[in-house]
Amino acid sequence: MEALVASGVGAMTAAGVYLILRARSFPVIVGLAMLSYAVNVFLFATGRLALDLPPVISKSAEAYTDPLPQALVLTAIVISFGMTAVIVVLALRAYLESGDDAVDIGATDSESADPPPDDPGDPPGEKEGAGR
Amino acid sequence: MTDLTLNHWIVAPIILPALLAPIIVLAMRHDLFLQRVFSIAGTLALLAIAIGLTVQAAGGPPQSYELGNWDAPFGIVMVLDRLSALMVLLTGVLALVVVSYATASGWDRRGRHFHALFQFQLMGVCGAFLTGDLFNLFVFFEVLLIASYGLMLHGGGAKRTRAGVQYVAVNLVGSTLFLIAVGALYGVTGTLNMADMAVRAAQVPAADQAIFQTAGVLLLIVFAIKAATVPVQFWLPGAYANAPGPVAALFAIMTKVGAYAILRVYTLVFGAAAGDAAWLAADWLLPAALITLAVGMVGVLGAKGLVRLVCFAVIGSMGTLMIAIALFTPQATTAALYYLLHSTFAAAALFLLVDQVVARRRAAGDRIETAPRFLHLGLFAALFFAGAIGMAGMPPLSGFVGKLLVLDAAAAVPQMGLIWAVVLITSLICIVGFARAGSTIFWKADSLAPPSDQDQRAAAPSQPAPSLAVGAVSAMVVGMAALTLFAGPITGYLDATAAQLYEPAGYIRAVLGPDALAGR
Repeated sequence: MEALVASGVGAMTAAGVYLILRARSFPVIVGLAMLSYAVNVFLFATGRLALDLPPVISKSAEAYTDPLPQALVLTAIVISFGMTAVIVVLALRAYLESGDDAVDIGATDSESADPPPDDPGDPPGEKEGAGR
Repeated sequence: MTDLTLNHWIVAPIILPALLAPIIVLAMRHDLFLQRVFSIAGTLALLAIAIGLTVQAAGGPPQSYELGNWDAPFGIVMVLDRLSALMVLLTGVLALVVVSYATASGWDRRGRHFHALFQFQLMGVCGAFLTGDLFNLFVFFEVLLIASYGLMLHGGGAKRTRAGVQYVAVNLVGSTLFLIAVGALYGVTGTLNMADMAVRAAQVPAADQAIFQTAGVLLLIVFAIKAATVPVQFWLPGAYANAPGPVAALFAIMTKVGAYAILRVYTLVFGAAAGDAAWLAADWLLPAALITLAVGMVGVLGAKGLVRLVCFAVIGSMGTLMIAIALFTPQATTAALYYLLHSTFAAAALFLLVDQVVARRRAAGDRIETAPRFLHLGLFAALFFAGAIGMAGMPPLSGFVGKLLVLDAAAAVPQMGLIWAVVLITSLICIVGFARAGSTIFWKADSLAPPSDQDQRAAAPSQPAPSLAVGAVSAMVVGMAALTLFAGPITGYLDATAAQLYEPAGYIRAVLGPDALAGR
């Protein structure tokens, strides 16, 4: 069982790393999701693999499985799920705004991200209407 | 260690912004004025609490706070010692300057929820400094990162969003590595409490040493990503150059979170008492730090834009800081902490200043090329000069004292020749880089025909009011001057801080109780 879990974690990590190194945002996001799955299984295994044992000390069972990694995995799942949602929305917005889903920013790096704040017709102070 | 006299102030720097941020979102999302008042008041309160905590920490041994009164190592503890108090204080000072600047310059109007995200960011940063639990450190890293994603994207725009995707992706990989490292450390030591892990590090059996040390090095990579140290520094220029000015200034503390985590974990868990894994980080960190310094300063020389120039200067300053940390001696750590304070102020001053300059240069933006002069050019040139000599480490500002302390600490180690050569040569490169940018932007602009009075008057109303925004930049420069003037008392405090770091028994007893080390 240890070999199976270990090779599963290894395969998912390898796939994740490969996908993250792609140049487009969709494979990168799938790769990040793969890595987070690999980590979740790995974290689960840090409490040692145990079969048919409760996560509490109980008189009816001869031993117990470590409950802490399960709590850690739960936290990690929540965070990675939320972060995947964030990066999906972000990548979509970047694609819609720039018409390109490449992760690399390209050659115009030295240009400022902001137009000059007092461009005619686009006063940033008024644009958002004071956050309304 | 359960007693009713717990010092509840220890958790206040986390609770205060954690409560304030949702209130800002829920109750005043339509009223920017109220948001500003509450955000600035909250930051002032945070600063006051931080001062109180620093006074407490300076007067006694480390104190721990058990959340929910669960005994350590089973519950999560917050630990206040000299180092964490100092970092929270630095956060408070920087936050007050940044929130004033964001309000004065109107940056908080360019998108929604600036102040709420700002408070969440402060919660994450203070939490990371105060926590005594490794998994809780991960959680606070996530809190500060999630808030930083929002802040970085504040104001929107295609370029910023694309830079944001990169920034989020890099940090998600970092979080993944963090979890792998924490999981492996838990698997080997059976604890997540850092003090408990420090006790058990000495008892890790030989068969598990490989996993233990691999996890330690993985953790070092995670902290190096945060601290923008070679080979994982590449994300910083893209992210900071595309972030709004005040946010980039606030991010000056984020790289320091990585530096703090390295100092904390690698003196406590992988410190002198860790047996085979003792001083695990030192061998890897020193070469990486030297290359970081060189890469950063060469980047300063090659940058085409003013913002990127400051970004590379930040990478270079992290290199200097990491050199001092990597020596792992009390004297070098004193130097590291002094330089940490200084480089935070210098980076924030430059980011805020450059934001003002870019806004005033209109079409020229932040490109390092000659453009028509703008109003108050002399004032901004003077501030840029002050920021640049601070960053480059020239007298009279604190960068000089900081580098002197680092060089002095390096004089005692075998690699002295290499460290001195790299630090001194890169300082020269940095001076040349800043001089080139400054003379192109400020001096040569001066020699062009100045716009007529009418043009200036026509332009003046639409330009942001300089008073308070410039005041924020000046406050950071004054901070550097104060670091120089009061270098004696400050290094006195830092000496005691470093001594406390290299005597982890006090920290361990504070967390686990007076008998924790009886078995040794």
